[in-house]
Amino acid sequence: MRSLGKGGRLGVLGHPAVRELVTFGGCQWLHGCGTGPFPARRRSSVPLVTGPSGGGPDSRAERRLRPLLSGPMAVNYTAKEEADGHPSGVGAAGGGSGGGAGKSRKPDNTAFKQQRLPAWQPILTAGTVLPAFFIIGLIFIPIGIGIFVTSNNIREYEIDYTGTDPSSPCNKCLNMSWNSTPPCTCTINFTLDHSFETNVFMYYGLSNFYQNHRRYVKSRDDSQLNGDNSSLLNPSKECEPYRTSEGKPIAPCGAIANSMFNDTLELFFVDNETRIPITLNKKGIAWWTDKNVKFRNPSGNTNNLTALFQGTTKPVNWPKPVYMLDSEPDNNGFINEDFIVWMRTAALPTFRKLYRLIERENNLQPTLQAGKYSLDITYNYPVHSFDGRKRMILSTISWMGGKNPFLGIAYITVGSICFFLGVVLLVIHHKYGNRNNSADIPN
Amino acid sequence: MARDSEGGGDAPQLQKEEGKERPKRQPRKRKKRESKTRSVSSNLLLPGPEAEQPTRRALANNRLQTTKYTALSFLPKNLFEQFHRLANVYFVFIALLNFMPAVNAFQPELALAPVVFILAVTSIKDLWEDYSRYRSDNEINHMECLVYCRNEKKYMTSYWKEIEVGDFVQLRCNEIVPADILLLSSSDPDGLCHIETANLDGETNLKQRQVVRRFLELDSEFDPLKFTSVIECEKPNNDLSRFRGYIVHKSGKRDGLYKENLLLRGCTVRNTEEVTGIVIYAGHETKALLNNSGPRYKRSKLERQMNIDVLWCVLILIVMCLFSAIGHGLWVWQYGEKKPVFDVPGFDGNYLSPVLAAVYLFLTMIIVFQVLIPISLYVSIEIVKVCQVFFIHQDKDLYDEETDSQLQCRALNITEDLGQMQYIFSDKTGTLTENKMVFRRCTVSGIEYSHDANAKRLAMYQEADSEEEETATKGETLSQRNSVSSHQSIKVVHRSLSTKSHRRTGSRVEAKRASILSKHTAFSSPMEKDITPDPNLLEKVNECARNLEVMRSHEQPLSQLTPEMSDIFDFFIALTICNTVVVTSPDQPRQKVRVRSELKSPVKTIEDFIRRFTPSRLTSGSNSSSSSSLTTSRSMSKLGSGIPSSTSTDSTLSKLEEKLAHSAQMNNNGYSSQQDRMVIGGRLEEKELRYEAESPDEAALVYAARAYNCALVGRLSDQVSVELPHLGRLTFELLHTLGFDSIRKRMSVVVRHPLTDEINVYTKGADSVIMDLLLPCSSGDPRGKHQKKIQSKTQNYLNLYAIDGLRTLCIAKRVLSKEEYASWLKSHLEAESSIENREELLFQSALRIETNLHLLGATGIEDRLQDGVPETIANLRKAGLQIWVLTGDKQETAINIAYACKLLDHDEEIITLNAESLETSAALLDQCLRYIESKFSNNTTDKAAENLMVGFEPLSPPASSVHFSLGLVIDGKTLAYALDKTLEDKFLSLARRCRSVLCCRSTPLQKSMVVKLVRDKLKAMTLAIGDGANDVSMIQVADVGVGISGPEGMQAVMASDFAVPRFRHLEKLLLVHGHWCYSRLANMVLYFFYKNAMFVALLFWYQFYCGFSGSSMIDQWYLIFFNLLFSSLPQLITGVLDQDVPADVLIGVPQLYKSGQNMEEYQPHMFWMNMIDALYQSLVCFFIPFFTYYDSEVDIFSWGTPITTVALFTIILHLAIETKTWTLLHWSSCIFSILLFFIVALIYNVSCPICYPPSNPYWTMEKLMGEPVFYLTCIISPVTALLPRFLYRTLQGTVFPTQLQLGRQLKGLPPGAHSQILNKWKFKKESILQKPPCIEHSLQAPQSNASDSFKACNQTLPLQPSQHGYDPAFPAYTRVEHTTGLSVTASPPGAELYGENKDSSGTNILEQSLGFHKTTHSASEMESIDVEETFPWNSAVNRSGFRLLNWITSTPLFSRFGRIFQLPPSHLQNEAQDTVSVLGSTSLYQDFKGLTGKNLNFQEQIKGTPTDCCTSETLESTFL
Repeated sequence: MRSLGKGGRLGVLGHPAVRELVTFGGCQWLHGCGTGPFPARRRSSVPLVTGPSGGGPDSRAERRLRPLLSGPMAVNYTAKEEADGHPSGVGAAGGGSGGGAGKSRKPDNTAFKQQRLPAWQPILTAGTVLPAFFIIGLIFIPIGIGIFVTSNNIREYEIDYTGTDPSSPCNKCLNMSWNSTPPCTCTINFTLDHSFETNVFMYYGLSNFYQNHRRYVKSRDDSQLNGDNSSLLNPSKECEPYRTSEGKPIAPCGAIANSMFNDTLELFFVDNETRIPITLNKKGIAWWTDKNVKFRNPSGNTNNLTALFQGTTKPVNWPKPVYMLDSEPDNNGFINEDFIVWMRTAALPTFRKLYRLIERENNLQPTLQAGKYSLDITYNYPVHSFDGRKRMILSTISWMGGKNPFLGIAYITVGSICFFLGVVLLVIHHKYGNRNNSADIPN
Repeated sequence: MARDSEGGGDAPQLQKEEGKERPKRQPRKRKKRESKTRSVSSNLLLPGPEAEQPTRRALANNRLQTTKYTALSFLPKNLFEQFHRLANVYFVFIALLNFMPAVNAFQPELALAPVVFILAVTSIKDLWEDYSRYRSDNEINHMECLVYCRNEKKYMTSYWKEIEVGDFVQLRCNEIVPADILLLSSSDPDGLCHIETANLDGETNLKQRQVVRRFLELDSEFDPLKFTSVIECEKPNNDLSRFRGYIVHKSGKRDGLYKENLLLRGCTVRNTEEVTGIVIYAGHETKALLNNSGPRYKRSKLERQMNIDVLWCVLILIVMCLFSAIGHGLWVWQYGEKKPVFDVPGFDGNYLSPVLAAVYLFLTMIIVFQVLIPISLYVSIEIVKVCQVFFIHQDKDLYDEETDSQLQCRALNITEDLGQMQYIFSDKTGTLTENKMVFRRCTVSGIEYSHDANAKRLAMYQEADSEEEETATKGETLSQRNSVSSHQSIKVVHRSLSTKSHRRTGSRVEAKRASILSKHTAFSSPMEKDITPDPNLLEKVNECARNLEVMRSHEQPLSQLTPEMSDIFDFFIALTICNTVVVTSPDQPRQKVRVRSELKSPVKTIEDFIRRFTPSRLTSGSNSSSSSSLTTSRSMSKLGSGIPSSTSTDSTLSKLEEKLAHSAQMNNNGYSSQQDRMVIGGRLEEKELRYEAESPDEAALVYAARAYNCALVGRLSDQVSVELPHLGRLTFELLHTLGFDSIRKRMSVVVRHPLTDEINVYTKGADSVIMDLLLPCSSGDPRGKHQKKIQSKTQNYLNLYAIDGLRTLCIAKRVLSKEEYASWLKSHLEAESSIENREELLFQSALRIETNLHLLGATGIEDRLQDGVPETIANLRKAGLQIWVLTGDKQETAINIAYACKLLDHDEEIITLNAESLETSAALLDQCLRYIESKFSNNTTDKAAENLMVGFEPLSPPASSVHFSLGLVIDGKTLAYALDKTLEDKFLSLARRCRSVLCCRSTPLQKSMVVKLVRDKLKAMTLAIGDGANDVSMIQVADVGVGISGPEGMQAVMASDFAVPRFRHLEKLLLVHGHWCYSRLANMVLYFFYKNAMFVALLFWYQFYCGFSGSSMIDQWYLIFFNLLFSSLPQLITGVLDQDVPADVLIGVPQLYKSGQNMEEYQPHMFWMNMIDALYQSLVCFFIPFFTYYDSEVDIFSWGTPITTVALFTIILHLAIETKTWTLLHWSSCIFSILLFFIVALIYNVSCPICYPPSNPYWTMEKLMGEPVFYLTCIISPVTALLPRFLYRTLQGTVFPTQLQLGRQLKGLPPGAHSQILNKWKFKKESILQKPPCIEHSLQAPQSNASDSFKACNQTLPLQPSQHGYDPAFPAYTRVEHTTGLSVTASPPGAELYGENKDSSGTNILEQSLGFHKTTHSASEMESIDVEETFPWNSAVNRSGFRLLNWITSTPLFSRFGRIFQLPPSHLQNEAQDTVSVLGSTSLYQDFKGLTGKNLNFQEQIKGTPTDCCTSETLESTFL
């Protein structure tokens, strides 16, 4: 700009050659900056004076120099446009967002920017979706049948031993409280009509037990259960009000642990009045990760759990402290599997939890042969007060878990519905499809 | 040094207070804010005690700081701003609720996460914006300019930001003005400075600014150090067009300061070597920055609707929470005192009472269900809108290559409103038309020069396609034309293909370049410049010039010229000089200087001479402010003394005479000397002169005059040079320029004629005003009679021009006697020099001189329609949009433009409302309504049929039911009455029944009132489009304002929400982008509601199984990030990219736009439908896993995870069903979302064995993914959940497809089939409507058929005289019916209206007779006969009627027309009948009824009607 100004003054002096040069420059620029509609529009769309938009002044300076420096006018022009190219809208909104690269403000002709990306435009009409319905139907029905059959092949036996029924042997224990001594025991006899061929899982089931209550679910300290020593002595606030008892921290703290299921179930095969105890395996009932990663006993330089739990007290409802849950050291303390299983709070108020495994001992005999059995129950766990139910369940499992016919039925139902709808759509397609025949041509 | 002082805004107050104010200033510093003036003095004065005052700080310096935040204030300030949004407050409230232990549902820290996330995103966006503002500020702040430095005693370079008020700034040519600067010195000898204000208003022409009076008189160079004056001026304000103040000199004298003295920041100095000025306003106080009010935020209709549904969501939330709370209370209560082990007591070990538990739970549930209020909805919508705006910007179809401008979205958040428009209010000039004025024809002295060659030339531009190759070979001379024609041809070709997508091609770029090279000035394309003169007129002009020369050389008085010749001569002189056109030549500014050195000298000597002899210096008034105001502020007072206030009229007069006598002599000298320079002049002429005009009309006229060799070659402040054939260069001394204003509607120049030495006033203005200002001529005197005849002839031609859609201007002249001039001059100078209400006085002064004019002639300027306007209007109308045109133009012009752009159809009945008072308007409106009612009652059956139809059903009941269509034309005066509170309802109900409404002569305020009326009363979505400052108010009022970035400046664009380069771009903007934006956003919003409801409902069902304890089976991380992370991307992609119907189909079938108007995509019930669907889906997604895992060992989160997964699948598949277009992005976003969920879940579930209480989901997902049941659940649940919706969509698409679905099916069809189907639809629609094929069909119908149907019509018509519901399919024939059936006496009740309707329904013949009729009205009773005699009936009919009816001329019907023409009395009689009948005088009507059909004496009627009309306030209602 300065140079131009100087040129202007020279022009006044009147040297013809200089004047020629300068007028050339001046003319151009009058053109570019003065009266041509382009710069005006550009600038005004992003006014110089609006702070946010920016960009204007420097490009203008460039423009000022360019006519003097470079060649033909048209070239200048495009060059200038480039310098000035500045999208407005978004920029005007607040930000001088650049992006107007290219010769002019002309938008790029790319499929993306012009919203012409190759696309699939499905049109939902009876004709087009017919196959989908049939395919869904044809896939779902076999799956459903498969699941259903699998589920039906699962053997399951369930005994309610709550004792609400006065005739039940456990009726006497109905009003037991947590720590009644001596413990109330009862025996229930039952008969298995069919033998259980594979490994049998022994569950205890609770009904109407809201283990998913919000405050209940929270009421635990995972750090403590993980063996963290500081948490052991100073449990999380979440455990309140089962955090401390008599001034000592509770281990394990919290309502979940406090309400741990503590009935003992023993199973006997009754063979001609002789009760043959059935080996109940209490290991392997918890998730492997729980047993080995999540739950750990407090660490210390001794293996003596009693010492490790020094300074803590047992949960209020428990008869024994946590380090006396089991005799085996690798199933004692926090890593007691019954405890771990209990700590995995159930999703629904009716649930079962794995209690014991009955492994098939040899291939000759079924795991549980058909016949009479008796179940010895050490009845400690009170559920009557909240109308709870306690059950003992014996079940084999399949690839899809326990016995549950629902999924199979659901698949069959949905598959059938889809198939039926497919037929309906076929009819509709024949009835209405022709109406828009022409429109349906492409598809 | 400067200060803000107190005091009134008015100058007198200023003066009074100024004295006492000074001492008070300091103690009253506190009140500074209230002060209304600012005083500025030089910063270079010795720093006195005042200079150090803190008051100085109060004035903004020139540092630009648009940033909102500083590093420190960012966080608090930004947060504060964000919390202004209610939604944010709500979310923070919920997050804080989590910190209450009794109610918390989630980890408090985690619950904060989404809120923090959203706040952070917004903050980062704000920060980024602020940073870019900072950078651009910095850039501007560091621009350099020259500021006077006291120490160095010279101008030093400094940064813009260092400039302070009171600094002296020197600007060189082409520099940008850094602040608002008072111009004190200029290198220009006249003290002028040219600036370009494109930065401010987009106007590209140069404007002149003037040095403050007294400084102009300085002989020596301006020295800032000697500047001791104090400037008192207004406080900073944003009015760009006003600046008032005065400057107090040390001597105590004061001068007024005006807008002309101020250089505004952002302008560019042009054509001026150097200017110096003092900074008055700096930085943020400059007018430019005060005017800069960032982008606007409007709330769209969709968003309003959405907010209602958000409120519904709140209600649902509350209900759900209440339900849960009560449930929980009951649940707790049922256990009574026996507390179960799983009911955990509070921290203190006590159990809560059921009621308290319920209360706490209510709060907890609000937290748990918070997702129902879509936290991310607002963020998502903003993101989507920004992307939509991006795509609109990127659309190359909305890019105009010619101007290199593209669409701008200035309002970011109302894109979807574009898809819901119902009314379009459009400006005419510059919006529908190019605002490129082309001289078309003129009439001089009552003789019309049709300029046929010119018309042909113009036509050539339009249809240049075939000639492209020829012209290409014509060589260089035609290069300009060639360039135009080539690009025109491209346009035409493409139009014929009717594809808009590939409109622009490379050759267009070439054309553009060529046009750049051909040195176009603003407003002048070759089309406007190359005017082919009419041979007759050219001959006359030449002859006239020859005569003049002969006369002059023989020293004969010029008055010997025949009146016609002198009129022609004056006409062209007026065309040439009566304007403010600045002549520049490409090599500015040197050209100007050179011309000055050549030309100025003789005149200067004359002036000097005169001045020497006229000490009182009457010529001081002769000046030339070329600005558009009346101000003629530039004074010649270089020799001192200002206002001859003391001079008596007498002395003035005598001196004037003296002066004039002298100048006459000198003028001859001047002339001869000029003749010697003819050679130079000739050379000059070869160099192309450029005319920079303030309005395109002016340029057009100057170019037209140049075509007749009457070229404007130079305009200086005090003289205009005109190059004439034979005469050479004539220099007119320019005494005054009375600029154009919209109230006077005219402009004048006062010049001294170099040949006759008379003082002439040349006035140019709207015919309506000029005609009233003409010298009344006595009919007795033959010359007067002749003049009268000329006037009436001219008026006729003016009407014809108007019918052709031309803009008309009348040119008139007045010769002032010296006495008159002197007396006027005195008052004018007083007005000019007065400080208070100067504008008013100048206005009065102008009115005084612009009287008793002598009519010279009139011009017709064509304002060509923009490309594609008729097509666009037709398409928009098909799209169900009602288009109203609000224009300031005169009625006839407006109507004809309306016809030209297909706004009005010839088969339409047009109701014209012209009333003179409130009462008559009321009566008129009532009558029209009754008339329409009667029409509608005939159509009820059809309407019923329409309602049954499902297809393209019209939106608002009667208005767009095209069965019979009405057009409403209303003029400004009547509009003012119609907008009255009492009448507006009637007006609206009338207007909405009309297919199109045309408001003529409307003011900007009326425009906005109309828009407001429609917007508020009809609750309709309105769009206003305009290009000029007069459209700003309308644009601002409308729901969506669209500005056209045209030559009329940027005010409209600045006020608008969207700016388009061309009107036709509106089509794609609305039909495609509007529709897409609307449908995308509507679908997204609905989906959002669905999604959240569905997700929350899952939790709600769970409450039934967890004792309403507020437990959630879904891990809280999933819960909180579900919306944010997992399900957000696909919906965003769909919201941005989905295309329910492809663009070409949307354009091809504009009817699809109606879906937006009817809110089809997002109707209130849809919200509930979606809610129900969400309910169902959540039930499925909840209970399938529920039963699957019932009574199993599953734990709560191992069960919740499948549910989450199922919900995610369902939600995404739901979106998939709703997605209409699947691009790669859609696929990948959906897949990405699902993958993201699994990846996040897997990582999350192994990351920490003891973290994330209470869920502690360690290994959950891993374990689940090893179980087949998980997959089985995940497959069946979404399928079951989506089955109904899928089925519904399928059935709907098959059995009762919507228009949009049909449109979608069109995609992919071969073009032929495409149009076939479209036609099929049309037919279907029409056949259902029991309507005849639409107009186009009938136009194409074979002629035999046409004549048959005509016969049929003709036969039936007399039998059913009162049937109004003609089939619009036979426009032409009905027209004939009307005219032939005029003699049919209509029977009451609607009879009178029927009659009016009859002749109006269409015929242009009657339009003409209307025009004629109006003249008779305005003229006196007696004159009417005279006029009748002179009015060339048949020729008039042929001229314009032919054009409109040319398509039927070949039919036998034409002969009938001939017959009709022979019956003019019956027409007029009918006219008269109309006029009378509208008065409501039935008895009178009865009379006329009796008279109808008989050959009554026509003149009697004509006599009778005007009198009647006059007595009853000249009411005129004509159904055109």
